[in-house]
Amino acid sequence: MRSGEESAERAVSQGSIAARLGLVLALLLAIGAGLIATLAFAYGRDAAQQAYDRLLLGAARQIADAAAPLDGRVVVDLPHSAFELLALSPDDRVVYAVFGPDGRIATGYDLPRPEQAAEGFHNGEITGEKARFAVSPRLFAERDFSGPVTVVVGQTTRARDALARQITERALVIMGLAALFMVLLAIFATRSALDPLTRIGREIAGRRPTDLTPITTPVPREIARLVGAMNRFMARLARQAEATGTIIADASHQLRTPIAALRAQAELAAEESDPERTRAIIGRIHDRSVTLSRLTDQMLSRALIIHRADAVPREVIDLRAVAVQATAETDHDLLASAADLELDLPDEPVHCLGDALSLSEASKNLLFNALRHGRAPVTISVRSEAGAAVLAVTDTGPGMPREIWADAATRFARSSGVSRTSAGLGLSIVAEVARAHGGELRFGHTPAGHFEVALALPLAEAAP
Amino acid sequence: MNLAAHVIALVLPALAWAQPGPEAVATYGEGPASYRILLRGALDIGNLDPAMRAFTAENPEIAVTLEQWNTNDLAAIAAAACRGDAPPADLVMSSAVDQQVKLVNDGCAQPYTSPATLALPPERNWRGELFGLTRESAVMVYNRALVPPEDAPVSRFDLLDLLRRDDGAYRGRVATYDIEASGIGYLFAFLDSTQATTFGRLIEAFGRTGAVATCCSAEIVDAVGRGDYLIGYNVLRPYAMARAEMNPNIGVVAPSDYTLVLSRAAFIPKAAPSPGAAGALIDFLLHPAGQRALTDTFVNEPEAAATVRGGAAIRYVPLNPVLLVGLDRQKRAQLLALWRRTFPPGR
Repeated sequence: MRSGEESAERAVSQGSIAARLGLVLALLLAIGAGLIATLAFAYGRDAAQQAYDRLLLGAARQIADAAAPLDGRVVVDLPHSAFELLALSPDDRVVYAVFGPDGRIATGYDLPRPEQAAEGFHNGEITGEKARFAVSPRLFAERDFSGPVTVVVGQTTRARDALARQITERALVIMGLAALFMVLLAIFATRSALDPLTRIGREIAGRRPTDLTPITTPVPREIARLVGAMNRFMARLARQAEATGTIIADASHQLRTPIAALRAQAELAAEESDPERTRAIIGRIHDRSVTLSRLTDQMLSRALIIHRADAVPREVIDLRAVAVQATAETDHDLLASAADLELDLPDEPVHCLGDALSLSEASKNLLFNALRHGRAPVTISVRSEAGAAVLAVTDTGPGMPREIWADAATRFARSSGVSRTSAGLGLSIVAEVARAHGGELRFGHTPAGHFEVALALPLAEAAP
Repeated sequence: MNLAAHVIALVLPALAWAQPGPEAVATYGEGPASYRILLRGALDIGNLDPAMRAFTAENPEIAVTLEQWNTNDLAAIAAAACRGDAPPADLVMSSAVDQQVKLVNDGCAQPYTSPATLALPPERNWRGELFGLTRESAVMVYNRALVPPEDAPVSRFDLLDLLRRDDGAYRGRVATYDIEASGIGYLFAFLDSTQATTFGRLIEAFGRTGAVATCCSAEIVDAVGRGDYLIGYNVLRPYAMARAEMNPNIGVVAPSDYTLVLSRAAFIPKAAPSPGAAGALIDFLLHPAGQRALTDTFVNEPEAAATVRGGAAIRYVPLNPVLLVGLDRQKRAQLLALWRRTFPPGR
């Protein structure tokens, strides 16, 4: 189904990064805005309060200054300038009163006498409107007049409220602009941060289907890990694709000729009337079939090993068990007698990390080669030496000539003995297994002068 | 004419013992008016008559009762109405702007906002409650027939010089407001006292030459027109101009040292029965048509005319609490004491 395909191709979306960042930023801005608005309001109120309190007190002091005793009474020549000062808050109502030492009002409005004796401020009302009052006392000590004259000046709070509002509003406007700037900056930052992802996406989308080379686009450190993982993943894909390609190429190249030969022999046999010759042809057909079967086995096991090298998790394996298994599974038709195959195992286990099946397959190949091409008796031995777990197969023959050692492990190498009965895949499988396990395939001679082929793998600690 | 105006002039004798009440009453608008608003004003009904006719013609749903009051009586009844001791008006209008500011300061007004009030400059709009509707200046008048042209005063200094003349030609022939009886007179005297040192010398000269303090603008101008006085000092220009138009003997001078200009101020009392209709009247009076009607009766003078005139320095009296200073109990007592020493009662 097309829709199914599409949904399979589409990545599982877990929301947008930009949306998440936006949400977090919005939350941050909202909290910040609330905080700053509260502060701005408090600041605006305080600033306006202070500014207008000074005017109010200034006016009260001027009136107090204008008070003078006359015939035992307080006389005030109400100063114009005091009211000019108060008129700086143009739309506010004003009340004032001057109290003599006896607490009676000398002039002004009928206000209650202030409780405090010291200079200061208090809040109140002027006929139903919120107001602020300043008190300014002045002490007289004359012969006929002594005591405090107290001036109270009150003013409604329109101007100071307006100033507080104005300060708050300006602060909020500035904050709004800052928030807008931050949002723009955040959008820009998010875009530029996510830009490498877009570039990688574009690079991958623009590739040929067979291109599995690593991504080389320069990316920030945070994304490099992702790109590294992708590169490793693609390398694995590339190896498997290559292995698959190799198998297909091998199959087409190697199987065609023996199958064609088989068919020709079979046709010959069908036309042959002489029973003696017919039997000879059938014998050849059987030989060829065995070779073909062996070749197919090897090719499939090689493919399997290459597949397992990447696909199967490693476990701790005792090489002694591998050697025993390989010995048990070896085709006993190849042995002239049971004494031809010897097992030489240490008492202590020799551990390595690996895939049991691959290792056992590799060991069987080594054994097969030794039995087929070497001279009996053949010994399979396991040992640990210099940090390596070694599984070695020795025979008593001369072994492979030294000059073909380097080439012996490549598949279908002529020199490694491609013949009617062997495609020469055996050593290449062993070499593949060694490579997949991080080890190597070694050729050499024992101190006794016997030819030895060894699989050397990194030694592993035994599992706890 | 379907807009007949009934003017009932109840010219009461301005006696000291007279019960406070309107000097005259006029009604405008007839027929099925939905609102009848009461305008209490310290003004000459004649000065406002054309404006009222135009207003009721334009707003047939509103009828207007116009009461003419003396400034002090008006302030008293407005304060009483504010306390709830008298029936409230819908609009209170007075040229004694200090008293108006005090009434608004005492919370007797209610706010009114319209495009017209918002367009007013700050000195003519206090708190959105008190509105300066006109421009009127304080002028000197003199009798052209009796004052020789070379004597015609242009400034307060000229007036001082005339009073100080050795021949005593102006002794007892100069009149000004009785500031005890007239709110506007008191306001002018107070403003003079804050404006210049000329005031002290003027008061002193008034006292020495036996100048006459009398009641109202109209009375002073009429007396100058008749030749009872040669010069009237600190007279509201509308009264002077209205009479100068009929009597060519009356000369009007805006003092060139400084000319006080104030706005007749109006507010809508807190308890006004029809504040909306009162607001409509304010809007009409501020509207060019209303301003023109006021200008025709000299209650208003165009700004251009005021500034061009003789290069006089205009001292505009803004509507704000600074005017409260003059109404301070002790301040008033001090000024009145000075005044009484200058114009001893019973002269």
